[in-house]
Amino acid sequence: MAMRFSENADRMDVRYVAGLARIALSDAEAARLQGQLDDILAFVGELKKLDVSGVEVTDVATEAQNAWRADVPIAGLEREATLANAPLARHGQFVVPKVIE
Amino acid sequence: MNDFIASIGLEVHVQLKTRTKLFCAFPAHEEGDPNVAVCPVCLGLPGAMPVMNGEAIRQTVKTGLMIGSRIALRSTFDRKNYFYPDMPKNFQISQQAAPLCLGGAVEIDVGGQPKTIRVNHIHQEEDAAKITHLENSSEIDFNRASTPLMELVTEPDMASPDEAMAFLIALKEMLIYAGISDCNLELGQVRCDVNSSVRPAGTDLLGVKCEIKNMNTFKGIHRALTYELARQVEVLRSGGMLVQETRRWDDEAGVTLPMRSKEYAHDYRYFPEPDLPPVVLDAATVEAWRAELPELPAVKRARFIRDYGLPEYDVGVLTADQALAEFFEAAAQQSKNCKAVSNWVMGELLRALGEQGLGIADAKITPRALAALIALVDAKTINMPAAKEVFQVLFEKGGDPAAVVKEKGLAQVSDAGAIDGFAERAIAANEKVAAEFRGGKETALMFLVGQVMKLSRGKANPQLAAEALRRKLRG
Repeated sequence: MAMRFSENADRMDVRYVAGLARIALSDAEAARLQGQLDDILAFVGELKKLDVSGVEVTDVATEAQNAWRADVPIAGLEREATLANAPLARHGQFVVPKVIE
Repeated sequence: MNDFIASIGLEVHVQLKTRTKLFCAFPAHEEGDPNVAVCPVCLGLPGAMPVMNGEAIRQTVKTGLMIGSRIALRSTFDRKNYFYPDMPKNFQISQQAAPLCLGGAVEIDVGGQPKTIRVNHIHQEEDAAKITHLENSSEIDFNRASTPLMELVTEPDMASPDEAMAFLIALKEMLIYAGISDCNLELGQVRCDVNSSVRPAGTDLLGVKCEIKNMNTFKGIHRALTYELARQVEVLRSGGMLVQETRRWDDEAGVTLPMRSKEYAHDYRYFPEPDLPPVVLDAATVEAWRAELPELPAVKRARFIRDYGLPEYDVGVLTADQALAEFFEAAAQQSKNCKAVSNWVMGELLRALGEQGLGIADAKITPRALAALIALVDAKTINMPAAKEVFQVLFEKGGDPAAVVKEKGLAQVSDAGAIDGFAERAIAANEKVAAEFRGGKETALMFLVGQVMKLSRGKANPQLAAEALRRKLRG
């Protein structure tokens, strides 16, 4: 596949991302979305101008910790309800287009 | 292969033995109809939020404690992004930046050669749904989705398929012992990705790595590695270059094949999971979990050899199952004859359990009763055939061996007068055999002892019977 991207890359290849997401794009769509993606990244890129040298790196937005649940089971959904939104169901299972050859 | 060195590393995924799933309160390990143990969270419906199962954290940390990992007092979760119908929310909640357990090691022994296999880390993650590939479509069952998994990643410390096998067996044994997983391979409770490389002997730099994905039997792993290492050596010998790639084991053909790149996108774009707060542990909690750990199998084996003076073979059989080891130990502590306890447990007890397809918990005989039964044999109150009869009663109904002996009238006859009487009758009824013995045929005595046993309906003390016969035949 084409160019990879990383957190530090300035540019994100829209065709590469679309490939990961299994989305087919026409040339026109790719060009339009690439422009939009570039704009978004440039917008977020404004953050790089900030001096964050004194700020501690964080990985969560709240003060919450743990928030565990006891290991006690409850009854599941009725299967009918589970499968109600499936575009296709058979043998009590979701059916999708074949994913390997 | 001698001029090449193999390096093997394993990524072992183990389903934890919890009652509920990792991020929702629906039953884990559902083996019935498809899609009956599911909810919006494990279906990945938009807006459904995960809530951590504390028991899964405890199990993973306990595994880390068993292998000497450093336990992270603060641990976080990440999203591993990929697109495949087994994970419809399009990411797996896993741990990348700060896993629960760091480092550690498992001791193995291959052909008497002890070796330490280092573990890089253990992290917690959710299992994916199960996909069945059909001719023209694929069917998905979400019962397995979000089952708690831990992934244990080793360093490339194993140098042969045998060592990889020994590592997996040692790990499985520990996990079963500690009640962390049943490690049922047929149910897919242990699945491995197998990394291997070869390099010329005498060099230090690891060769190009190939990964074999999604192996679910130990035998398959052994076969796949044997094939794969030979393949890699062959490529290098013929002057070729190896490329880093992901391969699949075709069990029927007995070969590994490259996977198409579409089947494994390695660009997972991990980022912190915003819907789960960090796991923060204090030292007291970790120590309390450590205190719950059982004695590890290897430690138990060494102790049984030392404390009970048992041969290595016995110890291997007795410690293969923790409940059996406990039964043995409870009986041995109340007995003066540990080897006899071992023989009864390995022999009669395992035979009786096996015949009826039972587990040790189903046996009615108590360790105390077995010890008492052995004492009766050692005191010559009953002989061996009678003891086996008593054992069978105790096994099925429980109770006290002395009472069973009394009830069934099985006590050996050691009364000299009674035995003399049986001996005289045996000789009188078998004059020809008696004459043979007098003529020097020592083995003829055994036949006469048998007759005494028969006359006494199995109750005569065979040693006393033999003595009485000798006395009368010579006298």
